[in-house]
Amino acid sequence: MRLWSFNGGLPSLAEHKNESVNLPIEIAPVPKCLVYPLGQHIGNAAKPLVQVGDNVLRGQKIASAQGMVSAPIHAGSSGTVISIADHLIPHPSGFSAPSITIETDGVDNEIDYTPCTDFRQLSASQLVDIVREAGIVGLGGAAFPTAIKLDTQGKPVTIDTVILNGAECEPYISCDDRLLKERANRVIEGVEILLHMLSAKRAILAVEDNIPETFTSIQNAITNNQNPAINAVQIPTIYPTGGEKQLIQTLTGKEVPSGKIPAEIGIVSINVGTVYAIQQAVIEGKPLTSRIITVTGEGVNKPHNLEARIGTPISALINVCRGYTKQADRLIMGGPMMGFALPSDNIPIVKATNCILVASKHEVVTEKQAMPCIRCGLCASACPASLLPQQLYWFSRSDQLDKAVKLNLFDCIECGCCDVVCPSHIPLVQHFRYAKSALKVQNHEKHQSNVARERFEAREERIAREKAERAERSRKKKAALKSKPAKEEIDAAVNRSKTKKNSITNED
Amino acid sequence: MLWVLIALVPGIITMIWQFGYGVLANIIICVSTALMAEASMLRLRGKAIAPALSDLSAVVTAILLALALPTLAPWWIPFIGAFIAIVIAKHLYGGLGYNPFNPAMIAFAILMVSFPKSMTVWVLPHSMLPTGISLSDIFTIVLDQQPKQTLIDAITAATPLDEMKTQLGLNQTVEEIRSSSIFGSLSGQGWQWVSIAYLLGGMVLMFKKIISWHIPVGLLTGLFIISFAFYLLEPSVTPSPLFHLLSGGAMLGAFFIATDPVTAATTPKGRFIYGVLIGLLTYIIRTWGGYPEGIAFAVILINMAVPLIDYYTPPRAYGHK
Repeated sequence: MRLWSFNGGLPSLAEHKNESVNLPIEIAPVPKCLVYPLGQHIGNAAKPLVQVGDNVLRGQKIASAQGMVSAPIHAGSSGTVISIADHLIPHPSGFSAPSITIETDGVDNEIDYTPCTDFRQLSASQLVDIVREAGIVGLGGAAFPTAIKLDTQGKPVTIDTVILNGAECEPYISCDDRLLKERANRVIEGVEILLHMLSAKRAILAVEDNIPETFTSIQNAITNNQNPAINAVQIPTIYPTGGEKQLIQTLTGKEVPSGKIPAEIGIVSINVGTVYAIQQAVIEGKPLTSRIITVTGEGVNKPHNLEARIGTPISALINVCRGYTKQADRLIMGGPMMGFALPSDNIPIVKATNCILVASKHEVVTEKQAMPCIRCGLCASACPASLLPQQLYWFSRSDQLDKAVKLNLFDCIECGCCDVVCPSHIPLVQHFRYAKSALKVQNHEKHQSNVARERFEAREERIAREKAERAERSRKKKAALKSKPAKEEIDAAVNRSKTKKNSITNED
Repeated sequence: MLWVLIALVPGIITMIWQFGYGVLANIIICVSTALMAEASMLRLRGKAIAPALSDLSAVVTAILLALALPTLAPWWIPFIGAFIAIVIAKHLYGGLGYNPFNPAMIAFAILMVSFPKSMTVWVLPHSMLPTGISLSDIFTIVLDQQPKQTLIDAITAATPLDEMKTQLGLNQTVEEIRSSSIFGSLSGQGWQWVSIAYLLGGMVLMFKKIISWHIPVGLLTGLFIISFAFYLLEPSVTPSPLFHLLSGGAMLGAFFIATDPVTAATTPKGRFIYGVLIGLLTYIIRTWGGYPEGIAFAVILINMAVPLIDYYTPPRAYGHK
């Protein structure tokens, strides 16, 4: 199959996969408590369906989706709801947010699942409903509700190609690799479901060319499956080839138009972990309550992959990996390139958590003193979105955000390639994130002030109108007074008051 | 920056071999002045001195200026030049990364308009030097101890570009002019080898991807195209494109001066255009301007156009038509 390339990227980024990839996936035990932040996906936070004191079973829906872009949440084990309150969530800013906490009972009772013997009997919209109800979101890290991606009914798009993203380009992370090594058959069955529900012509499962054994196991699964529409491809290991846009470009040569979604060019791209979750939901009837997660780094004694229940506190996972080592220095959720540091290990993993990196001092780039930008342009040659980070930096720093927008600031995927190549050690992505959020605040304020201005103008108009009306009335009155003889008018007024008085006395 | 210095070594060695130790004196005075000026400015501005000095940017500026100066100059020429480059052209604009103009070229231009006499005293290449010139003679000139005019006349001459321009103004043909002994088979005696050495060093930088190809290729292409066009029109009174490429500061300018990232255009397309414009302007200044060499002024003038060039040449971003 012909492959294309994207601009820039980092071909020689240290992979650090060996630390975690060689041991089989271990099923992590049920922790004492499971914590579910209600907003763990893109879109509206879920709405709790349980109350404190309720008993729940594994697989039971404990919060439902609110609005179109949202996803329900299911309990990961049986137990009792002990609180619905703010809890530390995995977020760069160390926020707390509304979360449901379940104290597990250790029995791990499940609800009755309704398995499906032949998914081909189900219509596309029925399958979309299953995916939506199973609470499946993008497990590659984006956490976008998958059902929305798959619901192409009634939309003016036809999906030609389904891309299965197994290109785990971020260093240290190996959960998709392990999944494909051990459970390729189920992933391929998931691919068949996707082909069926999207009526797509072909599916391409892409993995990086640094994992040949995994590739063989995928190919075996495809051979067993005998579906000619499914193909596996090895793509060059260049960070960030697993980025959705970069992968689409690598495999098809097409670019997703700026601000649009891949469906516009007939493509749906899904992470292989998500496909596995879809297979589990459709075939076994199981909602998303667990995922495979890499716990790695020099800071843990036994780095490997775990199948953990969503909601498990990180501290419990660290225990499964035999605790911290002396070198443990920083706790990172996600990989070293796009992940973020956590303030504590009393934070649960969420659906999007693919990696917990306990890094030693030398594993993370300690912030070096940033020197001035010398406009060398290395960042621009490394940028997979073909942006000019040096110019964006200049404009972001000087608060000329409109110019940064003109240079396509919002097409930045925050992959961090520019940070890595910058000889002046400038944390470029941080500046871009700042600029993006500043622009969001600006737009919000602009909206607010527009609303206020409209209100003010409406009020001014109303006051002016009323004033004019009053003036008009008094003018008319005066005119009437002038036209009528004063005597008559006075008599009439006297009469009026008399009748009024009479009527009041009558009423008494 | 270290690689830029390494790539300059062949050029420096060739220059010393051809034009003597005056070049070395220039380098030493420029570098030491530049380092002192840089350290004092950093201190005055309350910045950390060690990291800024160790990035070698001041050294590169100083050496580029030293190589552009006359090969035998009184000490105060490189001293004032390096001072202007670091203090005025760099730090008064905000220091590394904020200067709009190439510091070495600003210094060169100021020296050129302020001290035209001292800036045109170019020593002859070693093959043409009269015998009996000792190191101490060079020192008297460098230390500015009023050397005998006969000594200066004996060992200096106009540069080939200068000579070409003057003689063309006297209605000589290129052929007649080039029969003079200061011209070699390619361009000027000595100059041609220096240019080739810079070309080699520049190629190393290009292949090591320290500099992108856009600026040097653009500059040399621009210079070649315009000189070739006029050469075709009037070959008898127009020096050949090869003469232009291998004379004066064309090679040094293309690979080492115009490629200063801070003051150059920063988009790939923009860099090529930036190079081409410098090449064209260099020819225009050499041919119709008041000075025999135009690289410095061309670089400064096109530095001014950089924001405009960058504005009109952003690359097509992913997902945009």
